[in-house]
Amino acid sequence: MTAELVRGQNHPLSQVRLEIRISAGVPVLAGATLGDEHGTVHGAPWVVHPGAPTLPGIEVSGQAATDHRLAVDLAALPEAVHRVSVLLALPERPGGPLRFGAFAAPTTVVTGLDGTGIVRFTLTGLDAESAVVALELYRRQGAWKVRAVGQGYAGGLTALLADQGLPQPGDLAAQIQEAVTRSLARAIPAPPPQHVPDAATPAPMPSYDSPDAHDVPASGGPVDYTHSHRRTHTAPPPPPPTAGPAPDDQPAQPVAGDAVGWSMEERLYNQVWGMFEDLARTTAAYRSAVDFADSRLEKELDQVLSDPRSRLGTAGDVAREAAHARHSQLVDQARAALDRDLAQLTAESEVVEPALPLAYARWDNPVWHGYRAPAEPPLALRLGDLHLPESVSLRIPLLVRLPLERGLWIDSGPVAGPDDTIPDPAELRRLAMEAAVALAARLLAVHPAGEFAVQVIDPAGAGAQALQPLTRAGALVAPPATGAAGVTDVLGRLTRHVDLMQMAIRGGAAESLPPDIDTAQQLLIVNDFPHGFDDRAVTQLRYLADEGPAVGVHLVMVADREDAEAYGPLLDPLWRSLMRLTPVPDDHLADPWVGHAWTYEPSLVPPGSSILQQVLAEVTAARTKRR
Amino acid sequence: MSVNLTKGQAISLEKKDGATLTAVRMGLGWQAAKRRGLFGSRTREIDLDASAVLFAEKQPVDVVFFRHLVSDDGSVRHTGDNLVGGVGQGGDDESILVDLQRVPVHIDQIVFTVNSFTGQTFQEVQDAFCRLVDETNGQELARYTLAGGGEYTAQIMAKVHRAGSGWTMTALGTPANGRTFQDLMPAILPHL
Repeated sequence: MTAELVRGQNHPLSQVRLEIRISAGVPVLAGATLGDEHGTVHGAPWVVHPGAPTLPGIEVSGQAATDHRLAVDLAALPEAVHRVSVLLALPERPGGPLRFGAFAAPTTVVTGLDGTGIVRFTLTGLDAESAVVALELYRRQGAWKVRAVGQGYAGGLTALLADQGLPQPGDLAAQIQEAVTRSLARAIPAPPPQHVPDAATPAPMPSYDSPDAHDVPASGGPVDYTHSHRRTHTAPPPPPPTAGPAPDDQPAQPVAGDAVGWSMEERLYNQVWGMFEDLARTTAAYRSAVDFADSRLEKELDQVLSDPRSRLGTAGDVAREAAHARHSQLVDQARAALDRDLAQLTAESEVVEPALPLAYARWDNPVWHGYRAPAEPPLALRLGDLHLPESVSLRIPLLVRLPLERGLWIDSGPVAGPDDTIPDPAELRRLAMEAAVALAARLLAVHPAGEFAVQVIDPAGAGAQALQPLTRAGALVAPPATGAAGVTDVLGRLTRHVDLMQMAIRGGAAESLPPDIDTAQQLLIVNDFPHGFDDRAVTQLRYLADEGPAVGVHLVMVADREDAEAYGPLLDPLWRSLMRLTPVPDDHLADPWVGHAWTYEPSLVPPGSSILQQVLAEVTAARTKRR
Repeated sequence: MSVNLTKGQAISLEKKDGATLTAVRMGLGWQAAKRRGLFGSRTREIDLDASAVLFAEKQPVDVVFFRHLVSDDGSVRHTGDNLVGGVGQGGDDESILVDLQRVPVHIDQIVFTVNSFTGQTFQEVQDAFCRLVDETNGQELARYTLAGGGEYTAQIMAKVHRAGSGWTMTALGTPANGRTFQDLMPAILPHL
């Protein structure tokens, strides 16, 4: 597998003869500076560039091109060289835009001589820069490593060379540019660009470039296919799906984001689901082997019993022992295979967990400490953790796509606890409400300020204690609705909201919604159902559960199904339409591949941590600022 | 170098440098035999289906075919059903990937079969072959070409079985009759 590097990450190089492949959306020139053990570049002879394309151990192309293949032989480099900085720059063109931000992000791949990828690094996030140090190969204790750098220079090649400590960087930069121009004159003119916007024609999405224009709806163009909520600011064309399945003989080192996707967020999402599937499957392999060993043992023991010869003497004992030995041998083998896979998944989990963005991160992840309201909504949300009894310590995040397709039901009914003890019902209700509050806080925090609103129905005020983090921070739209009147009022308003939103969407007339309709996504937490509910309210709730998700109205029920027993089978469709979660670990979720029963555990704030208050304070502050 | 197998021949799936294979792909390709006198719109298409049956000591444990594309343990994957054949023009039409290292320890044989789902006999199939490819570098390890079609609707192509610490492939090439692998079970058992 080609390791996908992020900025600053390094990777060992086991081969000395390498090829560095560079592909960019526009012709670029490639070069390298050679530094000694202190990183000093001793003048122009230590720079390999289109005007001087060869030095011992390294060769670059003599001209600018969209694709480069730099040949590097680390063993042939002079002994004094300890660092090779690979640089890219845009060739000077009269009137041409000299900024990487206008083009697709360049990609660099370091491969072995046989073309197998070792590392890949996509230089995302470049904007006004016209020169960039892409990679650095460096010698550390006799071994070479590669580091993803991605340091751009808005001052161009001159600034880059000056930063490398070269005397008269301007002269050298001019010399390099001149060599490129000369070779361009010799070269066959390139075919008209296909997907690269030419300098003369403005880029089709100019609004990305000016930071204040990204919210203006695109107008004038024929059809705007961009998603109104998914605009990136710096790198409009996301790099193509990377992390290809290149074979590699070395043991795969887990890397966060090692999956396909258009963004790191999507890659991590896919990686987590990949880990989920792998764990499901490797456990299935283990269980089927153990089952087989068990049934074989049983059969063999039966045979021993039914064989009259084994009744006499020690023959029976020998046969029984042999059967047990065969059983334990197979089980041991299966366990070894499982342990090998678990070790790999655990190592992967250890690099993936810290790299997760807010919406996927556990509450104890340090990413929450630097919390700022995000600019766009996330792709998915962590609902909690999943694990299997064979690997209790390996927790897989349970990620669901946003917006939620169906409502959630946090079951406050009796659930067998970890050691078959049934926690106290009052305690369960409190825990269920806490899980709902943590979930609501997470949803509030991961949406841009003002794009998500939470309302609560708490008829008897039983959840007031658990709701404190939300109420104290002022994160709710209105205080929790209490009493039958409160229930009727909130449900009535939300029903009208859903109704109007549906009409507006069908008619394509979002602008004619009444001003009191908040177009933000809505989350309704219902505690103590069906206390305080009349038949009309129950019908309205079912309407919200069915029709709400399509127009951004979501439901979290904190309820014990037994409490609503009086309604009989009438409410069965409601429960079925909700995704059931539990406030305490419980194995009720099945995976889509093998159907194992997974133990779900909600994602709760660690006891004693004030992170929830911090984050919610920030959420409220961001919302006030916006108004 | 690829080995052209004959019926009953076995090869050890070990690399020349002694390393064992990690992932192999069983590729299957076929073309409908050309028949004269038919309207172009009625070129007869033949739907052959590749299946892999996983055995533990002669008991079928799992099967990978067009309706169960991945074995429960994830080690054997079918890349998907091809209903007409001949798309690869000599390339593979259906493939089954086997991650040999992750095959559960109790599975000791994997039998690959081909069935004619549409009911035509192999007389109407031409250039049918199965080949075993080292998935890590795309090299073909062994190829078995079906000699002359006959009046039967299925073929038990080959089996891959554990031998010592590694795996061995044996070309079986036994004709049989049946629409899906279930019908072939009696014909497979003698080869285990």
